[in-house]
Amino acid sequence: MGTYNLLMAGVGGQGILRATDVLAHVAMAQGLDVKKTEIHGTAQRGGMVYSHVRFGQKVFSPIITPGNADSLIACEALEALRWAAYLRPGGKMILDPARVVPPMVTLGWFAYPGDVVGRLRERGIDAVVVDTRPITRELGDRRLANMVLLGVQSRFLGFSLEAWRREIRSYFPEAVREQNVMAFMMGRRYNIG
Amino acid sequence: MGRRSPKRMLLSGNEAIARGAFEHGVQVAAGYPGTPSTEILEEFSRYPGVYAEWAPNEKVAYDLAMGASFCGLRAMATMKHLGANVASDSIAIHPYLGVNGGFLLVNADDPGGFSSSSEQDNRYYARFFCLPLLEPSDSQEAKDFVGIGLEISERFDLPVMIRTTTRLAHSKGVVTLGRRRRPRSKPFKEFRAVGPPGQLARHREMLRRMKELEIHCEEAPFNRIEWGNDDVGIITSGFPYQVAKEVIPSASFLKLGMVNPLPTGLIRRFASRVKRLLVVEELEPLLEGQILAMGIQVMGKGVVTNRVGELSREFMEKGFGKLLSGGPVESTAEEAVRSHWEGEEDLPPRAPTMCPGCPHRGVFYVLKKLDLIATGDVGCNSFGAVPPWSVLASLVSMGASIGNALGLEKAQRVATRGDGIKPTVAVIGDSTFIHAGIPALIDVVYNKGSVTVMILDNMTTGMTGLQDHPGTGRTLRGEATRRIDYEGLCRAVGVERIRTVDAYRLSEIEEALIQETTTEEPSVIVVRRPCALLPGVERHHPFSVDGERCTGCQICTRLMCPAISLEDPLPTRRRSKGVKVRIDPEFCTGCSICSQVCPKGAIVATKGVNGGHL
Repeated sequence: MGTYNLLMAGVGGQGILRATDVLAHVAMAQGLDVKKTEIHGTAQRGGMVYSHVRFGQKVFSPIITPGNADSLIACEALEALRWAAYLRPGGKMILDPARVVPPMVTLGWFAYPGDVVGRLRERGIDAVVVDTRPITRELGDRRLANMVLLGVQSRFLGFSLEAWRREIRSYFPEAVREQNVMAFMMGRRYNIG
Repeated sequence: MGRRSPKRMLLSGNEAIARGAFEHGVQVAAGYPGTPSTEILEEFSRYPGVYAEWAPNEKVAYDLAMGASFCGLRAMATMKHLGANVASDSIAIHPYLGVNGGFLLVNADDPGGFSSSSEQDNRYYARFFCLPLLEPSDSQEAKDFVGIGLEISERFDLPVMIRTTTRLAHSKGVVTLGRRRRPRSKPFKEFRAVGPPGQLARHREMLRRMKELEIHCEEAPFNRIEWGNDDVGIITSGFPYQVAKEVIPSASFLKLGMVNPLPTGLIRRFASRVKRLLVVEELEPLLEGQILAMGIQVMGKGVVTNRVGELSREFMEKGFGKLLSGGPVESTAEEAVRSHWEGEEDLPPRAPTMCPGCPHRGVFYVLKKLDLIATGDVGCNSFGAVPPWSVLASLVSMGASIGNALGLEKAQRVATRGDGIKPTVAVIGDSTFIHAGIPALIDVVYNKGSVTVMILDNMTTGMTGLQDHPGTGRTLRGEATRRIDYEGLCRAVGVERIRTVDAYRLSEIEEALIQETTTEEPSVIVVRRPCALLPGVERHHPFSVDGERCTGCQICTRLMCPAISLEDPLPTRRRSKGVKVRIDPEFCTGCSICSQVCPKGAIVATKGVNGGHL
């Protein structure tokens, strides 16, 4: 296989680094070469967070360049638009439409974009919209949205369900292990229409 | 039973260096937190049988690791590029003295300035001070080069520098783990001292050892040629190697693991067998300049790479495209290189800002309210330099705020002959005060200044991700220890006006500032509250907005708290007055600052009578 490029983007606290760590471990367990890069220095301070994961027979640079992502998981609507140019033509976007409004919008300096799905469609991106809020409400923890989205993504990757479960279980500490597996499964079974 | 296959792990560059240090018998390590170097020491400290510490600053860390090496143990000092400036006084002398146990300076540069105020290229330090310099290109090499560096250090009697960059430090790759070699300790050999008249002999000796190493480098496996076609030959090292391999995989590569000293024979041999020779390096033309000085035709800066910003793959692709299509290859003007992706132009940026519950927020609110200008310092308090606050007159380096403020005061006194000078306030974080602020405070007292120093004591090193320091009462390894008494320290250096206020009480901060800035004496205001991100810090009940009382004046939004937003996030740019605010209970930590600025008393605690805690 060629190199698969996955980008996950959102806001600090959304568990992007964890979700992409799990993906990287799944790929590594298949004997693939994996590289991953992320910028998280200011993540806790309301800054954006992104993580690039690339896996294949041999990977040199961990950086995905614009127009080359096979898949983009956007954990927030504005961030989906920001990173859309990274998706290759025909690439897959999984979008959580939940909004995290930046303080600069609250201050009136900028406007939060409306009709994100429509704007994506204008760019030729038919996003898989996954509103994680009802799911995480049911699970009782908003922070599980990352695993729901990863579960949806897993359907577009060839790895076996067992491989995913194994890596999620070995990645998370016992106290939150099963709830993460559960969130992943709910994403995997999500009706994407 | 068959042999177990070696364990493979997904490690960041920083984790790999820590692992390498453990496997190769480093027993003592010290550093000061600085992105992107911080996790090296945090990881290393978790291994058994080692000593690791956060020092008050990089120079102390370097000196400590040096002492351990003189004693015969393998040792390591870790810091970011700017920290090496602080340690440079000792780094400069170290190669004159040599080592006993292997010594590594692990230096993390930040091309693109993701978390730094400059993108200086510290490879020059290695050239400047005569340090062998290794540049790993991925996590596996990061681990392996630690072992190579320690061996070179011991064999050639020199401290060795390993340089990483943000992309290497914070990228993960597959690493094959090795076994730990048993740490060896060499006997204490000799006293290490240098000064007149012996320094010239030591200088000569240092250059001789470097020359020996240069010969060793010609054949060493860490410098390798990967032959491709002979049309384009690329000399590169470190992370740029990975990018160049993607952009032009068919070229021939001379991949240098060590960039100081350079294997000149190997470079000449490589150059003679390719038609066009290029250097791919990030930031400064360090390799390019030296190869040109060897009389070899080579291109790089302005053609395939830029001096400003992180290595740009797009720029490189364009450059190689022109080169291979036979187009003109003259160097282009420096382009503005984008290091952070901003996306489409009309999208609101998501700039880092003070967190909900940040104990610095109230300080800047009051400084702005009182129309005071302060000098700022490195750390989370630097957010005070940007809107909506914009109250910092300067923001330079660790500890600079106090010296800057004294300079402002003295300049005004000279210019106005003492009449009508504006009060000067210096703002500095707790860790930064300990790092480099204390000598400057002594200067304020000694030279009769009247600066008001605000020590923003959030009980951690915040910006780098919550590291302990001498003011937290805990060591890197989590042991309880003595905690610095700021008030006592300030008193001891001669400050008589010292007071401590609660960072969550605006009126206390305001009163203290009014009093201290109108007194012609040096003063210290310790503004105290733990960083809201610290684990174990009590979160108070979130506040909420009483919709009946909220008039939509939106004064509270000027606090730029991520927990506060408008009821309707307004799809138009025009701000509409009268839209009420809401508080996200998941973000709100109950700090109560917004309730103190609300003129209508519309922001109330969800539980309790007087708010969550006040």
